Amino acid sequence: MAEAHAEAVHAHAAPTGFIRKYIFSLDHKVIGKQYYFLALFSVFVGTLLSILMRLHLVWPDAHIPLLDRLSPAGAPGGVMTPEYYLSLLTLHGTLMVFFVLTTAPQGGFGNYFLPIQIGAEDMAFPTLNMLSFWVTFVGMVVLLATFFIGDGPPISGWTAYPPLSAVGSAAGPGLALGQTLWIVSIAIFCVGSLLGALNFITTTLDLRARGMSLGRMPLTCWSWLLTAVLALLSFAVLLAAGVLLLLDRVGGTSFFIPGGLIVSDKIIANHSGGSPLLWQHLFWFFGHPEVYIAILPGMGLTSHVLSTFARKPIFGYRAMVMAMMAIGFFGFMVWGHHMFVSGMSPYSGFAFSVLTMAIGVPSAIKTFNWLGTLWGGRIRFTTAMLFAIGFVSLFVSGGLSGLFLAQPPVDVYLHATYFVVGHFHLVMGVAAIFGMFGGTYFWFPKMFGRMLNEFWGKVHFWFTFIGAYCIFMPMHFLGMEGNVRRYSSFTDNFLIPLIPLHKFMSIAAFVTGAAQLIFMFNLFWSMFKGEKAGQNPWEATTLEWTVPSPPPFDNFGGKHPVVYHGAYEFGVPGAAQDYIMQDSVEKVGAP
Amino acid sequence: MALAIAVAVALITLVSVYVFWAHIWWLPVSISTHGAAVDHQFKLTLLICGVIFVLAQLGLAYVVLKYRDRRDKRPVVYSHGNNRLEVTWTLAAAIVFTGLNLMGYRVWANMHFTGAAPGALQVEVQGQQFAYYFRYPGADAQFGPIHLDKVDDATGNFFGLDREHDARAKDDIVTATLGVPVKREIELILRAKDVGHSFYVRELRLQQDMLPGLAVPVHFTVTDEALKHNRGRYEIVCTQLCGLGHYKMRAFLQVMTQEDFDKWLQAQASGQ
Repeated sequence: MAEAHAEAVHAHAAPTGFIRKYIFSLDHKVIGKQYYFLALFSVFVGTLLSILMRLHLVWPDAHIPLLDRLSPAGAPGGVMTPEYYLSLLTLHGTLMVFFVLTTAPQGGFGNYFLPIQIGAEDMAFPTLNMLSFWVTFVGMVVLLATFFIGDGPPISGWTAYPPLSAVGSAAGPGLALGQTLWIVSIAIFCVGSLLGALNFITTTLDLRARGMSLGRMPLTCWSWLLTAVLALLSFAVLLAAGVLLLLDRVGGTSFFIPGGLIVSDKIIANHSGGSPLLWQHLFWFFGHPEVYIAILPGMGLTSHVLSTFARKPIFGYRAMVMAMMAIGFFGFMVWGHHMFVSGMSPYSGFAFSVLTMAIGVPSAIKTFNWLGTLWGGRIRFTTAMLFAIGFVSLFVSGGLSGLFLAQPPVDVYLHATYFVVGHFHLVMGVAAIFGMFGGTYFWFPKMFGRMLNEFWGKVHFWFTFIGAYCIFMPMHFLGMEGNVRRYSSFTDNFLIPLIPLHKFMSIAAFVTGAAQLIFMFNLFWSMFKGEKAGQNPWEATTLEWTVPSPPPFDNFGGKHPVVYHGAYEFGVPGAAQDYIMQDSVEKVGAP
Repeated sequence: MALAIAVAVALITLVSVYVFWAHIWWLPVSISTHGAAVDHQFKLTLLICGVIFVLAQLGLAYVVLKYRDRRDKRPVVYSHGNNRLEVTWTLAAAIVFTGLNLMGYRVWANMHFTGAAPGALQVEVQGQQFAYYFRYPGADAQFGPIHLDKVDDATGNFFGLDREHDARAKDDIVTATLGVPVKREIELILRAKDVGHSFYVRELRLQQDMLPGLAVPVHFTVTDEALKHNRGRYEIVCTQLCGLGHYKMRAFLQVMTQEDFDKWLQAQASGQ
């Protein structure tokens, strides 16, 4: 592939007014921060919702102050109703998957660091970039608006399976305007993601500095590129599915609604011929690649941080890139493993199962290579490194439980139990969030020109690492007992003995949730009062560490970086230091 | 810090393994003929994953501890990887994962690739917000047709039967409990009336979604083991989010001897 240069003149001039500088900015660094703070706000709300859910599960009669103000119907007298539990569950999943896991690693860190790491002055399409953030922002506002309208947010979960999500208020609270707004919000989000994906792909392919061949790109850039490709192909499908669902609800069509339905004693007469399974296929055709959209940037960041702080080249760079490509490729062929018990053909189920087991192979390759990277290194235990090590541990734990669920004869028992909840929270939830924490501790000095407090960072790590295991590992035990997910209460006899374990998990969740306040405080305090950061506090090699912290408006101060080295030249024999910057002209190390 | 993280990772690993090993929480009793094979596949997967889990986590703890920065002048191992190692672990992972999957093939095939044998007892199951109803075809072994306009929960006509005009519907028996005889193949035909539901009995090792517009058949045979526990009574629960009462949507599976079953069904028929 031809290498291209960044334009000699920055694509747009430095803005002067407040609005163009901080609100409708075209600067990828400002947009990256905007995405980051949008995700931070979303993760704060999403976590709060999960804490309310954990509270309701084990103390269903608890009086929660102010909750009745937010929803007089959902929490009369501050005591949550079972249906409000489902509203919170829906919004928790939607916020976390879309507005946190899809947003912070890609829109946030990707936006900020992709151009700098490849030696460009900005993204390829700055206006599109600004637009993609603001479209995403509108999507979030529409989603959160469901809290304040009619009978509240929808109760159909983040998967919104029809007919429940398609037939309106007859099927339950939140399924009228709330469900419509949910679909509109997701459709808007899809548009934002598609715009972002186009920008990421073009930027990576066209704006690399001289010498920055694909094979010299940091693995973070590879992960953003591949994530963008996944987003481009999968969000397009979700957008289409969302529009069809919307049409079923407001346009009288029947894409997903079969004939002969009787809901709340009323025959749904004006629909026939639709297939609820079609939605599941379309949704999971997006939904499974989405898992990798959430985790790939975390993998890239983890590789990057492990190599940097082990002071060693990444082990198997080429294998890492190929593994990510394989994960992306297979990621589109495994959606049916969400549907083993859906009524889909059991023959398809088996085919999907074989492909799903295949995707375990590149995941295993990545784990081996991370261990290989640490092997023989000289590990520095910064907070970012702790989160990267934690990522590997969580990824292994959460990934392995996937091998159970990938097999139809085992899934037939574990499907829709807490086993699944434990699995995906560890692997795409907590591991991905560890990637974001790692990214924050690693890049904060560059983004804000000040250091985060390392002591409090480590305290935050320990609470979060141990806490995450205490919350999510027991979910596997619950799953083995057949504890069904999405239940707001323990109505089944066999669930009663499991309540003490649920209490343990809830308490672990409260403690871990509270520990995140340490992070928030550290973040905002350090932004203004943290120790000043130098240009390259971690002695890292990639291009963002060749510019001041924070970087100037055009990133490289009018210069054009030229790259002579791979991204992970640490511990090179004969080199002056234990690392060689990518733009160094030192003639040692691998080309 | 190296020691702390190594100990933490090792402890998490050992405690997790212990809880699985000691069966503090474990699978409930299995009461279907296919259940043993499902459990076997589960345990095999647990064993293989357990070994990988321990090796990977302890490996992580080891390298973190062993290769901490000791502030000496020891050079790091300057290596960009090793192709032979890459090929080895790729092949190893591929063989283990594919092999494990193929071993489960027969279990799944037996459950789903062949239908119920002729002579199996057919029962239609209808899921609706937030209850299950069961229909036995009666002496004629045929289900009467469903008339949407006759569905009326208030009068107990959950299936919309027209017993006056449809000969086949006359002897249909509708119940709120799923009574089944032991050691006889049962074929359930799963349907949903309003939104998606699911049919899940832990002890049967059986879960199948029920979707409006589809009639999904599943088949199983209950073993003698079922009569030895809970007086043969097991919970059927909904696992597909179906609305505000999802958490309380359940019914019971009552396993009986063939003799008791015949009596029970007769008693149900006389109450129609």
